[in-house]
Amino acid sequence: MRADENPRRNFLKGCVAAGGVAAASAVAPPVAARETRQRPPEALGLLFDATLCVGCKACVAACKQANENPAEFSTVDPLWDTPLDTSARTYNLIKMYRHGTMETKDAETNGYAFMKTSCMHCADPSCVSACPVSAMTKDAATGIVEYNPEACIGCRYCVAACPFGIPKYQYDSAYGKIGKCELCRHRTKDGHYSACAEVCPTGATLYGKTADLLAEAKRRLALKPGSIARFPRGNLSGGPDQSYEAYAGTYKQHVYGDTEYGGTQVLKLSAVDFEKVGMPYLPPEAAAAHSETLQHTLYGGLAMPVVVLGALTWAARRNVHRGGDSNGDGGSKEGEK
Amino acid sequence: MAHSQHLAAPVGGRLLNNATLVAGVLIAIMAAVLLARFIFGLGAVTHLNDGYPFGIWIVVDVVIGSAFACGGFSVAMLVYIFNRGEYHPLVRPALLASLFGYTLAGISVIIDLGRYVNFWHIYWPGYANINSVMFEVAVCITAYVAVMWIEFAPVFLEKFGLHDIRKKLDKALFVVVALGTLLPMMHQSSIGTLLVVMGTQVNPLWQTQMLPLIYLLTAISMGYGVVLFESCVAASGYRRKIETHLLDPMAKVMLGVLAAYLVVRFGDLLVRGALGEAFKPTFVALSFWVENFCFAAPFLLIGNAAARRNPAKLFLAGVAIMFGGVFLRLNGFLIGYDTGPGWNYFPSAPELLVTIGMFSIEVLGYIVITRTFPVLPREEAYIKAHA
Ligand code: SF4
Ligand code: SF4
Ligand code: SF4
Repeated sequence: MRADENPRRNFLKGCVAAGGVAAASAVAPPVAARETRQRPPEALGLLFDATLCVGCKACVAACKQANENPAEFSTVDPLWDTPLDTSARTYNLIKMYRHGTMETKDAETNGYAFMKTSCMHCADPSCVSACPVSAMTKDAATGIVEYNPEACIGCRYCVAACPFGIPKYQYDSAYGKIGKCELCRHRTKDGHYSACAEVCPTGATLYGKTADLLAEAKRRLALKPGSIARFPRGNLSGGPDQSYEAYAGTYKQHVYGDTEYGGTQVLKLSAVDFEKVGMPYLPPEAAAAHSETLQHTLYGGLAMPVVVLGALTWAARRNVHRGGDSNGDGGSKEGEK
Repeated sequence: MAHSQHLAAPVGGRLLNNATLVAGVLIAIMAAVLLARFIFGLGAVTHLNDGYPFGIWIVVDVVIGSAFACGGFSVAMLVYIFNRGEYHPLVRPALLASLFGYTLAGISVIIDLGRYVNFWHIYWPGYANINSVMFEVAVCITAYVAVMWIEFAPVFLEKFGLHDIRKKLDKALFVVVALGTLLPMMHQSSIGTLLVVMGTQVNPLWQTQMLPLIYLLTAISMGYGVVLFESCVAASGYRRKIETHLLDPMAKVMLGVLAAYLVVRFGDLLVRGALGEAFKPTFVALSFWVENFCFAAPFLLIGNAAARRNPAKLFLAGVAIMFGGVFLRLNGFLIGYDTGPGWNYFPSAPELLVTIGMFSIEVLGYIVITRTFPVLPREEAYIKAHA
């Protein structure tokens, strides 16, 4: 008896093939295991120090102007730009934390605090990993996460993926774009840098190389709370010295963005718990690394699909004509028996 | 009459009836909504927002719709890969439903894309990002739609008497069948992987490196569930006999896949220590239990052989497993997805009408094609062979 005449035995063979494939995929070492990426050495970014922020929102206005974005209104009379959250036309916003009587600045209980919301320029950005058409890219040198509307298909996977809710889509437009901070990369060619940092009167938003910003952040964490210290303004890694003297804040001993998802190029200091001011807890391994490890373990070099396809073709070749897809017009071996 | 069980024939009958009329009206309403969407933008007709950028057009029409459309793949795998030729009469109807499900999922994506004119970038080397899970899903689904039309082509070729092409196609059909099994395995698992990059925003109950396997196993078992459901509906709609002799053993296969799934699912939750989330007093936790109750229900309904010969119970088991899959996907993509406070999403009426319109196209297409083309098993031959 030929093996392929025994359906049960063939069924078993099919199972063996399938089992082999499953086992191969289960034990295959994740050769492509993709480590979480680190910031490039010359990465550019911002340092936001919530204890220095006075909530003047000059940076919000400057960002609007620098990116030619229109005002957005949330009040009955549309008098001032009053967005309640970042949007595809508001890339930067100062949000407020309030508690109880709101007496003391930077106190968790009965206090208030400010927090900047804008793209963190992640070392291993989820939005870049997610984008199917390379419309979100990370510059190899500056590490700026850039958006290209000419490439974008508007799938909004980047919106779903970003852990900070940064990329936003223009739902009110027939052919909307994504909007997000690109660290004012369009302003560097005429000697400018991030508009938000340029206008910040207290240096709460500081521009520079992330390595320098991180060192500066760590210097501040080591200061004695309430002591007088010097605080730079504007561009930390170049330009004129605009530093001034102020009191050191009572910092939480963590630089937000140092390790989150492998690190971000925008760093933050706060006296109020980071989660309370809207900065989520993120583990040191980036979600992008997890996602790409899976993707490349399964499909890297198309190795696994080709093996599985081979097994399937082998099985289908034996069975397709036996099963006789022909509908009664000959060609079925079973019909010839 | 070894042949009889392979015979398929058009059902015949009038194309215009109450069912097709209602479907037609619903499709017209959908067309009106879509016109508004293309003129005024997504926000004009949907409740999509930046906290929930994927709405029901993606989660229901694509993520769930394509899993429902796994009947063709699940049955074809039984017949051609595991050589269970006896299920052959189920292949064509299942494949037809899959064809519609996937083709419409593809159309839903285009409708949902904010910058649809650029959609070809996904296939273009300079743009395509091979690290993106969405890229894998999109390319794979496109390829599968093409493969399915080829797999289904014999039906049209038969009808129009193009036997030469038919014979040539037959020779290469095994390659098409193999591809038609591989591609859905790839993208159904990747649809699960889509959630991985969303990281901590997805509740730990649905965020795991096992997502590809979880989505694949449920897609396969949903495929069988849909065949149970659809066989019962087609039988009652067309007043035909139910193929219990086929559905009973197939249901057993389905239970096997389902058991494997539950082991993987709960094993993973235990290993990761995520099960605690399920005992918090939250709506999300409740939704988790509804999901898993649906997956467990088939064992209660058709766990024994006698119950598997009962069409009503087979039908219910099919429905239960479909709901399980629906909840798994809704939970991962919407209910257990949380971007932070202040964001809500519930589909708008026009948004729902588009999804309903898409479903109507499926029903209308199924009726028209089964009435005019040889898809369903021929009734007299069938009765003779099994009388
Ligand atoms: S914050 Fe969001 S948008 Fe900005 S780089 Fe990170 S993932 Fe991308
Ligand atoms: S919306 Fe545009 S930028 Fe965002 S993931 Fe989709 S294609 Fe990429
Ligand atoms: S860097 Fe430029 S775009 Fe980004 S928040 Fe500051 S001003 Fe806005």
